[in-house]
Amino acid sequence: MVPALVTILTFQLIGEVISRGLNLPLPGPVVGLVLLLGAMRLRPGLAGWLRPVGQGMLAHLSLFFVPAGVGIVAHLPLLREHGLALLAAIGGSTVLALVAGAGAFTLVARWTGQEDER
Amino acid sequence: MSADPALIWAYLTQGPLLWLTATLAAYALGTTVFRLSRGQSWANPVLIAVVLLGLLLTATGTPYATYFEGAQFVHFLLGPATVCLALPMHDNLPRMRAAALPILAGLAAGSLVAVASALAIARAFGLGGEVMASLAPKSTTAPVAIGIAERLGGQPTLTAVLVLTTGIFGAMVVTPLFNALGFRDWRARGLAVGTAAHGIGTARALQVNPTAGAFAGIGMGLNAVLTAILAPLILRLFG
Repeated sequence: MVPALVTILTFQLIGEVISRGLNLPLPGPVVGLVLLLGAMRLRPGLAGWLRPVGQGMLAHLSLFFVPAGVGIVAHLPLLREHGLALLAAIGGSTVLALVAGAGAFTLVARWTGQEDER
Repeated sequence: MSADPALIWAYLTQGPLLWLTATLAAYALGTTVFRLSRGQSWANPVLIAVVLLGLLLTATGTPYATYFEGAQFVHFLLGPATVCLALPMHDNLPRMRAAALPILAGLAAGSLVAVASALAIARAFGLGGEVMASLAPKSTTAPVAIGIAERLGGQPTLTAVLVLTTGIFGAMVVTPLFNALGFRDWRARGLAVGTAAHGIGTARALQVNPTAGAFAGIGMGLNAVLTAILAPLILRLFG
């Protein structure tokens, strides 16, 4: 478990250095994700070796958002003032974006004959 | 001889143990409710945990900074977990390459609509510049959104709250919405929720279907780049 964890953290570390060093709009972990994807293409054994630890982490992905979410308590006054408008903007735009994204994907998949083989 | 409860409380509030335990316990309770509801969207574990912890902090008068000292260990794992999203993507690489055009179309439509419609609704409610700038990048993953908002003149901490709210809302609404509209392609469903609701949407997609999870990871990653380009342009139209 420890060697796999070291590997994952190392990819994040390299990603962080590249992101900051080159002033990229992408955060370090996303750069680390891209690098790890490339490394797994070069060394096919890597994916299987990382899988037990990686799957374990992904199974609890939503847990890791809780501490940032609790930050809402620090913004209660502003939310009391603009809460309804912000909720309408977030709710409305999220529903529209979901439909637009899935709709555009499905349409183009149909046009280009890339419908899923289910 | 029994110790003074106030002294024990004072001791506990100095270390990370109390709020770290509380965070894990609140999430465990959230997942139990989620399981008992047989995976109903309204029983979102993040939402349940955030509400419980928010009430607990308010009731005990604990500042968020104190809470975060304990919870930062959980927060830290967000980075390595993001790196691990490479795994489901690797497993789905051939399918993703075959669907490159639909992915780009879904990404462009989802990203554009997310920013433009949020700003249009906010403007209709009369919201002003700083809040608009904080709102524009709310569909991207938190660290990217904060970076974009800062460049646009928004408030970083407000952006974090809006990003989290978007993620929780998207994760709650995605399954009933797509079932009602008859979208059955897991690739389209995943890509759309990753684009519109970043990591929390991706976490929800992973719970539902591994293919949806992989495409959600792609949507999240690519939308981080696209929103960094689109948000300033669209915000200028509302300026």
